[in-house]
Amino acid sequence: VEILVCVRRVPDTSENEIQLNSAGNDIDRDDLVYSVNEADNYAVEEALQIVARTGGNVTVATVGGEDDEEVLRREMAMGANQGVLLTDEAFEGSDGRGIATILKAFVQKGKYDLILTGIQAEDGGAQIGGMLAALLDYPFASLVNSIEVLDGKKLKVGREIEGGNREMNEIDLPCVLSTQTGINEPRYVGMRGIRQVASVEIPTFGAADLGVDLATVGAVGAKVKRTDYFIPALGKGAEILQGSQEEIIEKVFELIKAKGGLN
Amino acid sequence: MVRIFAYIVHKGGIADDSAAELAAAAGKIDAGASPTAIVTGWGAELDAVCETLRASYAEVWKVSNQALAYPNAELIRKALVNIVPSGSIVLVPHAHFGIDLSPGLSIKLNSAYVSDVLGIDGVEGNWLKVVRQEFGGQVSTHVKCDISPGAVINIRPGAFKPQDSAPADGMVVDKSAEVGALAAGRRYLETVIAEAGDVDITKYPVLISVGRGIQEKDNVSIAEELAEVLGAAVSCSRPVVDAKWLPKSRQIGSSGQTVKPKVYMACGISGSFQHLAGIKGNPFIIAINKNPKAPFFQVADVGVVADILEFLPELTNKIREARGASV
Repeated sequence: VEILVCVRRVPDTSENEIQLNSAGNDIDRDDLVYSVNEADNYAVEEALQIVARTGGNVTVATVGGEDDEEVLRREMAMGANQGVLLTDEAFEGSDGRGIATILKAFVQKGKYDLILTGIQAEDGGAQIGGMLAALLDYPFASLVNSIEVLDGKKLKVGREIEGGNREMNEIDLPCVLSTQTGINEPRYVGMRGIRQVASVEIPTFGAADLGVDLATVGAVGAKVKRTDYFIPALGKGAEILQGSQEEIIEKVFELIKAKGGLN
Repeated sequence: MVRIFAYIVHKGGIADDSAAELAAAAGKIDAGASPTAIVTGWGAELDAVCETLRASYAEVWKVSNQALAYPNAELIRKALVNIVPSGSIVLVPHAHFGIDLSPGLSIKLNSAYVSDVLGIDGVEGNWLKVVRQEFGGQVSTHVKCDISPGAVINIRPGAFKPQDSAPADGMVVDKSAEVGALAAGRRYLETVIAEAGDVDITKYPVLISVGRGIQEKDNVSIAEELAEVLGAAVSCSRPVVDAKWLPKSRQIGSSGQTVKPKVYMACGISGSFQHLAGIKGNPFIIAINKNPKAPFFQVADVGVVADILEFLPELTNKIREARGASV
């Protein structure tokens, strides 16, 4: 199977507290640590495990700028055969549909049996996979937490539904799947692995290379626009316990007792 | 004003709670709106849902087709594309079915899409202004969406309070003949029910629930020790299960267990809405997190800003001492 995995570089929420900038119109991006979106990393691992069983190649692609190359290299260090950067000034400000339109154009330049995306980016809307599938007229499944290759033409996929239950489906190839976190255990990537791919050339494709209609992408084509970031004014919220650690522990202990938590 | 539709999710002949919430959301888009419910399915269950919805929707579009007996998003998308007038707004609950359906539906309707909307500010010209969250709820955003080509809007479950309104005494309109041929590249096989875990977390009055803040598998024992002295169970949020530190049966949230404890101690859990969706029965919530901006502090009764790796062992010791003294 030839697999394309669409990935994104995002601020890493396990490394940063996300806060507003002083103007209040964006998150504070100074000193943010970025990494590959967690769900996308699971998708790459899943692709690598599939080709290890059935043969084939894994390509990772991202829409972005020079800075985003680092996540392609990281996923290549994990084992992806190649990385591709889809980059053009005209792509800036794209909404989900714009990103899906760019990816569709790239997919149509190659021949992929399976396209994976992470279910959702930290700052995204769980939308790219479903949009891409519809643009390509491929079948789609979201929240995928298991993939079994049945033969060269079909997969059996599990979807995470409510209550920890799982919906099993058969799906024809080629298809698009948005995979859920936890579907596997992504392998560790060491510095050595990253160094080995540090000088590999990453091919880039712009709007003209892809034959993308400029009216459909970027800020021009966007029907959905984020206008600002804010922290909502909330109700009372929690009473934050104050005092020394010993006093706080005493209070928590008393509260647990009072609320029926100690028999 | 544009026509608004509400896609009704149902199961076993009963409409999901989101049916009333979508009507409330439609009212926020247009106070004078009379949204139309769309219900797809087959047989007596479909009829029962349509009948119930007549009380809250003035018009209920029924799409009866044996192929839709199980809600396959690809088939339902094809049906909707054939019946929804262009330029409409379609509201869908943002749960596993809506995530499957809506992005592709917006493409096929050639309309805009906004996912997981939890607030609606209204319409200005062609722009619908809504509120979303990013980074697991750490920050909110205002988003504007050009509704001139129509829009598919996924609504967060629980975000819109159903309105009390006079019975609508609505009419059911049978649209079954208009959906056309339905075939899909994805076929439903079966639903595999979650396996019972070693511990049934739904049975405990006190839960010590751990999140990403527990940092590594070996640290879970810190929570286990506290749970032991309290006669509590250890539960967790999704990242802990993803990392394989605890089994899926311990996960609380929309894709895990729903619990109703008396006391819920959230330790190092940021507090995403998917997690909060699994906490019912209004327990007393104590949130402990070293990030003072953790969203969990907004819903907890009391909060402690501390590192759980230091705080929990101290609390365990304190309770052990107290218990020792009382024996």
